[in-house]
Amino acid sequence: MAQQTSSTTREGRAAIGDTLVKVDNLKVYFPVTSGIIFQRKVADVRAVDEISFEIRRGETLGLVGESGCGKSTTGKAILQLTRPTAGSVVFDGTDLTKIKGGELRRFRRRMQMIFQDPYASLNPRMSVGSIISEPLTIHKLASGKEKKERVQQLLQTVGLNPYFANRFPHEFSGGQRQRIGIARALAVEPDFIVCDEPVSALDVSIQAQIINLLQDLQDQFGLTYLFIAHDLSVVRHISDRVGVMYLGHMMELTDRDSIFENPLHPYTKALLSAVPIPDPDVERKRERIILLGDVPSPLRPPPGCVFHTRCPIAIDECRARRPDWRNVGTADREHWVWCHRV
Amino acid sequence: MATDAKVLETYALRRELTRAERWRRSVTSFIRTKPLGTFGAAVVILLILMAAFPQAFTFGKDPNVGVLSERFQGPSLSHWFGTDQQGRDLYTRIVYGARNSILIGFGVVAISSSAALVLGVVSGYFGGKFDILLQRLVDIGIALPGLIFIILFVTSIQQIPVNLRIVLAVGTLVALSQSRVIRGAAIAAKQNQYVEAARVLGASDFRIIFRHVTPNVFPVLIVGASIQVGGAVLVESSLAFLGYGVQPPTASWGRMLNEARERLTQYPHVAIFPGLVIFLTVYAFNMFGDALRDVLDPRLRGSR
Repeated sequence: MAQQTSSTTREGRAAIGDTLVKVDNLKVYFPVTSGIIFQRKVADVRAVDEISFEIRRGETLGLVGESGCGKSTTGKAILQLTRPTAGSVVFDGTDLTKIKGGELRRFRRRMQMIFQDPYASLNPRMSVGSIISEPLTIHKLASGKEKKERVQQLLQTVGLNPYFANRFPHEFSGGQRQRIGIARALAVEPDFIVCDEPVSALDVSIQAQIINLLQDLQDQFGLTYLFIAHDLSVVRHISDRVGVMYLGHMMELTDRDSIFENPLHPYTKALLSAVPIPDPDVERKRERIILLGDVPSPLRPPPGCVFHTRCPIAIDECRARRPDWRNVGTADREHWVWCHRV
Repeated sequence: MATDAKVLETYALRRELTRAERWRRSVTSFIRTKPLGTFGAAVVILLILMAAFPQAFTFGKDPNVGVLSERFQGPSLSHWFGTDQQGRDLYTRIVYGARNSILIGFGVVAISSSAALVLGVVSGYFGGKFDILLQRLVDIGIALPGLIFIILFVTSIQQIPVNLRIVLAVGTLVALSQSRVIRGAAIAAKQNQYVEAARVLGASDFRIIFRHVTPNVFPVLIVGASIQVGGAVLVESSLAFLGYGVQPPTASWGRMLNEARERLTQYPHVAIFPGLVIFLTVYAFNMFGDALRDVLDPRLRGSR
């Protein structure tokens, strides 16, 4: 069902344009320290290791991978919520890793985030009205009566009753809370929104509503999304392009159809083969690629290609040398992979 | 989008209330849902009134004038709580003693809560080396033997009034240990996802501390404060009992206990009444604080 809607392009969709966000050699390492007052670093958790990609204006870039592969860290590093260890994040011409303080806060008007857990991301002590108007206050976008009207307007935009403003978050369901979170992100009229698993915490029936809302808002306001998820069918439905991550590295990145119809990387193939097909006959016959072992620790990732310990087609070169991040597609239909064997 | 009655009726929603109406509703619902808290609040208000206007409660009696021939009388219509070893009316002395206890109780809490809030929130929110160093200083404060430190402080500095000395000494000690609790609450609060959300929105550290961290530390602070008022009243009583604190003949609950000690077995009522009042005061503050915390949390408030 999701496949059918996804194969047709949405109507009235703004054309995908130039690069909005360019991520280059991004590294996020978390130091592991020991000692009480004089802390020394004993190791690094390599949450994100040397990844490069771009996000184009108006598109939805899906980011998939297992838990702990660095998807969310990538999203947070782009927004500078977690400061990258190295690399650059160029947002519309400005390298965000080089700015800080008030200058960075001003940039926050243009990039927002929608969180996974709608229960934790709203302050329980603030009314819905003050939650949504907080960004307006911070960026001095509206005050007094105008602010109140803007809040009502935003509530309406996300499909909530405009008179809910003086209620508190605990009076709402998960889906409604997620809508409040979306309204808060929209309040500053951003260009770019990182959606960090925005539907994983919701019931399946509510998931569809939120996904459709996100798509409608994208059409209406020309938004650019980085959509982080682990649910492949959701990613397939909403994304224009999809990146697959494993152990802090980007394994493969290409347009949605190529990744689902013609995956090149052995990890992507294994991941896709894990998706159940809702047809018992097909499901019984098809071949599943089962990966052996566990994901190695990001404290000590394997040398060479990080996937070689579980890769069914690994050769000696994979164990010795890191693959290059290269485009094996064409200039207008890029297909990036990180594998010696492709 | 004007808020007119018809729209509201359609959505079956409440009209926005004026500030006065909201206050009135909060007070009524507090009384209805929190009987013990209301009792505590009533006692606290009564004590504050006694501290401010003791003469209004004592029918013109003087707390320091006793008739020696009437000493150690039991409770009667003319002396509700009886009389003490100098024939002074116990009820009158308890009413006059309220000022001392209330001043010290509130003084200690004013100092300890504000200092603990600033220390704890700043230390917990910013963390890192700053937090570690500050907390080692707090450790020193917590490790001091409390009563010895207070007695030392109260007896060594003679330039300021004794009650102020007690307030400063107790307030500082309580602030240090309370700041540890507040720090813990601040660390818990700053890890909430909505703090991260506020940062994404462009909120400054200042704003996050004031709008998101502090309100979530408040319940801890209020419960702590209500216990500390009681604790401070007890400390004042202990000090007065030991002979420090305000000097005779000024009435003080602790001193009254001290004076009753010698004839405790013969005339227990001289000790029982001040003891009961101390107990009641501490209990009232605790109950009021508990109820206040529940009411200030929108999640526990329930629908109006």
